[in-house]
Amino acid sequence: MKKKISKPTIYSLGALALFVAFLYWLDANRLTQGMVISVLQKGAILALVATSMNLLNGFTGLFSLGQAGFMSIGAYTTAILIIPVKNLDGVYYMNGVHPAIKALRVVMAQAPPFMQTIFPFVALLLGATIAALVALVVGLAVLRLKSDYLAIATLGLSEIVRSIFSSPQFDQITNGSYGLNKIPNFPPMFFGLIPSLITPFIITGVCVAFIVLLINSSYGRAFKAIREDEIAAEAMGISLYKHKEMSFVISSFFSAIAGGMLAMYMRSIEAKTFSITLTYDILLIVVIGGIGSVTGSVVSAFLVTAAKEWWLRFFDQPLSLFGFEVPLFRTGFRMVIFSILLMIVVLIYRKGLFGTNEFSWTWLTSKKARRKP
Amino acid sequence: MSMTTILQHCLTGISLGGAYALIAIGYTLVYGILRLINFAHGDIFMMAGYFMIFSLASFPWPAAILITLVVTTVMGIAIERIAYKPLREAPRMSIMISAIGVSYLLQNLSTYLFTAIPRGYPEIPFLKRIFRVGDLSASFVTVLTPLLTIVLVVILMTLIGRTKTGMAMRAVSKDFETAKLMGININAIVSVTFAIGSFLAAVGSILYFTDRMSVTPFSGTLPGLKCFVAAVFGGIGNIPGAVVGGFFIGIVETLLVALGYSTFSDAFTFLLLIVMLLVKPTGLFGEKSVEKV
Repeated sequence: MKKKISKPTIYSLGALALFVAFLYWLDANRLTQGMVISVLQKGAILALVATSMNLLNGFTGLFSLGQAGFMSIGAYTTAILIIPVKNLDGVYYMNGVHPAIKALRVVMAQAPPFMQTIFPFVALLLGATIAALVALVVGLAVLRLKSDYLAIATLGLSEIVRSIFSSPQFDQITNGSYGLNKIPNFPPMFFGLIPSLITPFIITGVCVAFIVLLINSSYGRAFKAIREDEIAAEAMGISLYKHKEMSFVISSFFSAIAGGMLAMYMRSIEAKTFSITLTYDILLIVVIGGIGSVTGSVVSAFLVTAAKEWWLRFFDQPLSLFGFEVPLFRTGFRMVIFSILLMIVVLIYRKGLFGTNEFSWTWLTSKKARRKP
Repeated sequence: MSMTTILQHCLTGISLGGAYALIAIGYTLVYGILRLINFAHGDIFMMAGYFMIFSLASFPWPAAILITLVVTTVMGIAIERIAYKPLREAPRMSIMISAIGVSYLLQNLSTYLFTAIPRGYPEIPFLKRIFRVGDLSASFVTVLTPLLTIVLVVILMTLIGRTKTGMAMRAVSKDFETAKLMGININAIVSVTFAIGSFLAAVGSILYFTDRMSVTPFSGTLPGLKCFVAAVFGGIGNIPGAVVGGFFIGIVETLLVALGYSTFSDAFTFLLLIVMLLVKPTGLFGEKSVEKV
């Protein structure tokens, strides 16, 4: 049987091609388009964390607030492994760098050039693996808890991670409260065929695709069954423990990758970056996008980032219209507007942008489809 | 460390613990009735700090304290009415997200209104008077905090154990639906709960910030979470448990800081939470042994 390419597939491929072309155009004009680039890159990174949080909260029904902690594990591992050797002493100027790290980095610096190009990706994967291992161990204990207890325990966990990273006892590794800086930007891929500007989109794309495949697999159906009714799921022979643990570990893995990318994006990190507020910001994205919708999370990550960093900036500046000084407009007003928007979504549009549906072209073009449950 | 230093730290710890206990009661009461972790409670406590700063700027201290208590209580009730009441029938996750949303809103609103720069907390002269007993020295507020906490808890216990409203609160916490069928005005009871919780948070805020000198929009987050841990530690829904938990966490935290592990003092609290939830999820005083609210 010959497979016919359906219209929606063509649309999707077309949109994708347009987006890639747009990215290459941005790369060519990166000097003039700084704002668009930084918004899109941050959006891509947050899209990945939001999707991984959605996998846990939306698809498995485990209300976890530990994302920031896992992100910080990824960010610190990546940063320590990719800060250029010549800058190491400058970064750790207060306490000196741990000899083991220094030795490892010197060895790494002597590797052949083609190895050098893949080190950043190895660093990302290593950070993610460490985060996944932490999740594995912690999950053994924490996943026995139910809804709000789980939320507060994971929140506590991320605070524990943060206080370990900022403690003076680990000064030589994490640089304590000074944080790490001089982190190199995103690496190019495939010998410069994909410029460094586009790398985060590729990484996010691959990771989100993996999560989508996972959700559509039999494991994903088991996750959803657990979300709907734990007891019924268990009665159908789904191992609660195994699937919860799996969802938790995978979600942490991808959060850590996003954390590593955030380190490359921000170029400098400190323990404060990964406070509870970061988790709340991500939760906000997930809620606005719709809990239980991957495309919702991705779209809302870009929308929220663009609105926050770019479109709504004017709220923070004093504004005068026709000679009048408009009241209220000053630093911080933007975030107030944002919080109010969030409350409106939570209280009135409880489903968010997408609810539990996924984006599709038919959904966009026909109104009938919108009414389907 | 000499004996005097240890005693001195214990005194500070007990004082901190008293403030924690007052906040923890707010968590425990709300959780008992709505089964909700009121993530905004820590921020209500922070807002009370700001109310005090501003009311003390234009009123004498007794009036300022009164204004702070009243405004905070009203704010607590308003938050419940606006953000939690519409979600009563919704899944538990929604109402928790709403609570996080309120916390986010209060933090951003206070950053906007009062800026993120720490604001000095005004000194109330009689609270700051220094007492000396032997080598120990303590300001009046350090001594007042635990005493006031205990007095307030006794009053609260009487209120819950002896009055009609208290009986209604106990009924609602036992079974929401049945209590409704018995003709109890659920909304009124929930409002009373939030009023009591916010009132105690305001008292705790005055005592806590008098010792700490400054308020920022984020100074409510960590104390809030710690006090929730205190409530869980003592057995959530249980008032004496919350008080014991508050004092315990306050004292251990102060001692850890004194020993030079200040960055780990927060981590300790959460470690305590995780261990407690795994070993004895019902908390120190399990639900069955003591009456729950």
